[in-house]
Amino acid sequence: MKILVSLLLSLCLSVTSWAGESAVPKLDMGKGGQCVKDTQWMRKNHMHMLKHQRDETVRKGIRGENSLKNCIECHASLKDDSVIAREDSFCVGCHRYEAVKIDCFECHSGKRKSAWLQQRNAK
Amino acid sequence: MSDHPTMYIKNRLYWVLLAAGALVMLFGFYAVHMMEHQGHIITGMNNQIVWGIPHVFAIFMIVSASGVLNVASIGSVFGKIIYKARAPLASLLSIAMLAGGLTVLMLDLGRPDRIIVAATNFNPTSLFAWNVVLYSGMFSLVIVYLWTMMEQRMNPYSKTAGIAVFAWRFILTTGTGLIFAFLPARQAYGSAMLPPMFIVLSFAWGLAVFHVVQTSIYAWNEKWLDPAILQRKKNLLGIFVIGSLYMVATYHLTNLYFSHQIGFERFILKDGGVYPSLFWWGYVLLGNVIPLFLIYMPGLGKSKCVMAASMMIIIGAFSLLYVFIIGGQAYPLNIFPGYEVSSTFGDGKIAQYQPSLYEFLLGFGGLAVAFMITTVSVRVLNFMPQDKPYIAD
Amino acid sequence: MSDINLQRRNFLKTAAGAAMVSVAPGMLLFDVAHGNPNAVGKVRWGMLIDAESCKPGCNDCVSACNKENGLSGGTAPTDSQWIRKIEIKDVSTGREVSLPMMCQHCEHPPCVDVCPTGASFKRVDGIVLVDKHRCIGCRYCMMACPYKARSFVHEPLSDQNPDVPRGKGTVESCTLCVHRIDQGGQPACAEACTNKAILFGDLNDPNSEISKKIHEVASIQLRADLGLNTGIRFQGL
Repeated sequence: MKILVSLLLSLCLSVTSWAGESAVPKLDMGKGGQCVKDTQWMRKNHMHMLKHQRDETVRKGIRGENSLKNCIECHASLKDDSVIAREDSFCVGCHRYEAVKIDCFECHSGKRKSAWLQQRNAK
Repeated sequence: MSDHPTMYIKNRLYWVLLAAGALVMLFGFYAVHMMEHQGHIITGMNNQIVWGIPHVFAIFMIVSASGVLNVASIGSVFGKIIYKARAPLASLLSIAMLAGGLTVLMLDLGRPDRIIVAATNFNPTSLFAWNVVLYSGMFSLVIVYLWTMMEQRMNPYSKTAGIAVFAWRFILTTGTGLIFAFLPARQAYGSAMLPPMFIVLSFAWGLAVFHVVQTSIYAWNEKWLDPAILQRKKNLLGIFVIGSLYMVATYHLTNLYFSHQIGFERFILKDGGVYPSLFWWGYVLLGNVIPLFLIYMPGLGKSKCVMAASMMIIIGAFSLLYVFIIGGQAYPLNIFPGYEVSSTFGDGKIAQYQPSLYEFLLGFGGLAVAFMITTVSVRVLNFMPQDKPYIAD
Repeated sequence: MSDINLQRRNFLKTAAGAAMVSVAPGMLLFDVAHGNPNAVGKVRWGMLIDAESCKPGCNDCVSACNKENGLSGGTAPTDSQWIRKIEIKDVSTGREVSLPMMCQHCEHPPCVDVCPTGASFKRVDGIVLVDKHRCIGCRYCMMACPYKARSFVHEPLSDQNPDVPRGKGTVESCTLCVHRIDQGGQPACAEACTNKAILFGDLNDPNSEISKKIHEVASIQLRADLGLNTGIRFQGL
């Protein structure tokens, strides 16, 4: 039994690692860069950070730097100022690939704030 | 299990009924899908009338789900044999209607996908949060109760389970009434009359629903109810109807005595257009006067009359809930007593509400859920009342 | 294969360790350094609205609110209105007054009491908000609010203000422009009022302008009979 389980587990692991190395989606990184942590860490943990920051901000008014808004500021495309507008936009591209639904942007703007403000003031 | 012949609804009829129920359910889910996709804009609900037709259906089903258990309680708590024979069917109906009502309530949420949030975040001051506990407790208790009745080895515990269900059901309907009683800001609600009123209403509505279901199942099985049993049940129904009418009358009469409530009562009982019509014609006449006539008039009170009376009581229930829930919201909030008020947000104005087809589809979808659970269960398990030749107890 | 397992285990360990070591104290330090004193201190934000200075027909506060928070400005029964102008007329004397109406930011808010998930909450600085991550859209708070201050989002939205997330299926209301307050600003309506009818400030600070003013002039709370102790007060009613 134990052997079977470990066999299955390692099979799964090797399959995932194999899949991970192959067709990685090509993303529009925007300005990009690294301000919080390295890429691999961020890939794994960005949702926890966002969730932590979200509760701090909404409930306690502690507006930290690890906010969704700040992420978008750097990672929004330089072409359309958005992280969700296209198939290869920073958030959408990866979430499509991983088949994980993003709930954030039903309420949050996917646009860079500076660009949004510019647009509003032009109106 | 027993030497009584087990009853089956005829095969063909059973599948037709099932297909019809499934179709209505499907329409309900279509409505939910549309509401999910386009938002509540496609319903008639708005920022003034925030609860609409789905809530009328849901609250009817939840209140009746509790009331229908009365039949079971009279059997196991008070030991009346003819009611005891009906306790399994009553319990089944209760579960089915609770499931139907909760389905409607849940699928009407703005974010039904987040229902798990309601389970993981509990606000102890919220009646809604408490009701989540009350409803799930009711499910489990009634299932245990059914088990003690249907598994012979568990029969000795049946009375205990029956008493637990009896108590829980009172608390549950109190909780439903308190949803409204805890809203002091609105003229229609915020009254301590509401929980007892809902409890008595649940007796009448539950028994009416039970009677309609029982008569239908008997008819499908080509069986007829013993006239002596019918006699007793119809008398009980009459008493419950009179009791509930008394509670509703008291609620309105106390309001009429407070001069700050007179505007609201005038709206609901006289000037409010659809609301007074529904109240007087739908609830009072169709839901009370005619049924009482059918039940108590010498020469009437036969099987067909009681069935008709039960159906009218159900129609009356929907009328009353429409008046209570939607009429109660339509009357403007009194933020500035003694002032004439106007604004862009409907202050000082009677709110308009035009229920949309989607809301009805959702409501009937919930009824279909209850119908399906009942029909399938009655077929696969032995829920039919098994009456011995009638002996008065 | 065991190699991969080992690698993975090590990676998980390092990641968890890194998270513990770097993020936790980082967050702590961050809170200490940048934590919003408004939200943790003894502040209570409020407003004094002078109904005598408020001009009938003037809608500046409403427009400013709509622009700031990205509301459509529509007035259909399904449109959100965080602030609205109300015209009232005393039935017995005929005196007419105009005033803005919004969430009253109660000390004992009924919406918070009835919310099943705790999505409605009151910040320590007295601002009543909806945590839209938790709101399931049951609308019980709208039933409970004595001021009809809340709106339900009936349609899918797009292009929201990055500072003001809003979305379909959740309930929303005046936030007192919490995103501005947290940056040291004041609500858009107060700033926009040309008649200076809206005075915003800290009700708990005895030296604030609003505290001094309510100490001197007669002001009332709406539906004071309900005992909610609102943060918004009115003078000249």
